[in-house]
Amino acid sequence: MNEVNQNPTTPLQLLLAWGFVGIPLIWGVFQTLLNALQLFQ
Amino acid sequence: METETGGGGSWFSRSRTVARPGYSRWMVPPAALCVHLCIGQAYAYSVFNLPMTKLIGITESAPDDWKLTELGWIFSLAIFFLGVSSAVFGRWVEEGGPRKAMFTAALCWAGGFLISAFGVYIHNLWVIYLGYGVLGGIALGIGYISPVSTLIKWFPDRPGMATGMAIMGFGGGAFIASPLSVWLMKKFTTETHIGVMETFVILGVVYFAFMVVGSIIVRVPAPGWKPEGYVEPVQSTKLITRNDVFVYDALKTPQFWLIWWVLCLNVTAGIGVLGQASAMSQEMFPGLITPVAAAGLVGLMSLFNMGGRFAWASTSDFIGRKNTYFVFMVLGFILYCLVPYTGAVGSIAGFVLCFCIIISMYGGGFATVPAYLRDMFGTRYVGAIHGLLLTAWSAAGIFGPVLVNYIREYNVNHGVPKAEAYNTTMYIMAGLLVIGFICNFFVKAVDKRYHMKKETEADTALATAARSARA
Repeated sequence: MNEVNQNPTTPLQLLLAWGFVGIPLIWGVFQTLLNALQLFQ
Repeated sequence: METETGGGGSWFSRSRTVARPGYSRWMVPPAALCVHLCIGQAYAYSVFNLPMTKLIGITESAPDDWKLTELGWIFSLAIFFLGVSSAVFGRWVEEGGPRKAMFTAALCWAGGFLISAFGVYIHNLWVIYLGYGVLGGIALGIGYISPVSTLIKWFPDRPGMATGMAIMGFGGGAFIASPLSVWLMKKFTTETHIGVMETFVILGVVYFAFMVVGSIIVRVPAPGWKPEGYVEPVQSTKLITRNDVFVYDALKTPQFWLIWWVLCLNVTAGIGVLGQASAMSQEMFPGLITPVAAAGLVGLMSLFNMGGRFAWASTSDFIGRKNTYFVFMVLGFILYCLVPYTGAVGSIAGFVLCFCIIISMYGGGFATVPAYLRDMFGTRYVGAIHGLLLTAWSAAGIFGPVLVNYIREYNVNHGVPKAEAYNTTMYIMAGLLVIGFICNFFVKAVDKRYHMKKETEADTALATAARSARA
């Protein structure tokens, strides 16, 4: 019964979940960083 | 991935979001980020302002086009309704669970964009006030507080870090929204049309999908769950309670109002310079900081705003919440006093450094406060109490810019050179932080008479939640 109720999170699920939010965020940070570099030019 | 959990009630009910054994708590921060990254778009709303002043004239504003001052109300309304809705719906969010709240926020957020798109189509500004301002503002309030208490319950060992991660997303949302909106508008703009309406529609649909994913993967821990190896302190420490305070009882405590003022003053000081950084830097360093470099400074400050949310909130897990706010107030005071000096000696590096640290503490103030409330009032109603506290943000949203703008104008009108016009403001901001320091100093543990009787009121609240789930 316990085995039926257990449904452990897999590393792939974690990777997908973090990638789903992480990729757009990193892209946005990169774009902002490019913009911020103008301060030093 | 698990999609079903035990217990009755609809898919949205709290009971259906209880995690099964084996569910990783590290799935919850991305669920929270799904919501916060989307509603963080609010910080980038200004990218629509200029194009929306030329919807009829296309190349330049026509007499029937909207004015910038009229458009400014859209953002102000949204922030006002953020405060109102988080205060009004806080208890409902807490008792209904994160999934229902996140889904509702997704509906309101997407609905706000779609209604606004219709408003652009028929060129009626009131429809946009209603769409983005009212409905979008409600989404901001519900969405902002929706994952807070869930994260605190999943990370009792690192509550600051957990909420810092989510609230960092709110700061980071603008990074995605700003370039994305500009790109979309460019894509749909022709010689006879500006692509604001299409951009609103696409953003509404994309944000809805993103936020729904968050509501699907979010889970609340099972009653009595603790992280592996975590030993809960047997007794409350001086400033970390093990008791819960009912949401409306929290309003009767001096602690709530002291923290309200601490947040309000910290945000007032930060928001005042955040909105004016571009103009201020150019006027303080005429000829040295160009408009392009000033835009770079704003970008750099937003990075520190986002990073500060995670860094300061995580630090608060080690040095304590009260000490973290002491750092904000003392360090902030020193830096605000230093800004005029950097202008006087022409040190751009010093000026940039001061502003970046100040803004990191502005973000840090937002991100640390949920854990501060948890320490004071317990975890049971922390989301709802946080919702009530966010009215401090709405108030600061008015105080901050008004202080900076009016004092600058007064100085310029009285013959003060533009480069020195902000000095008085900086000293006033430093003064506000002294008041914040005093408020923080008086925060002590909540009196026992406000604590909930664990076996009765908590059960009643759960029974209410169960009843609403069955309905």
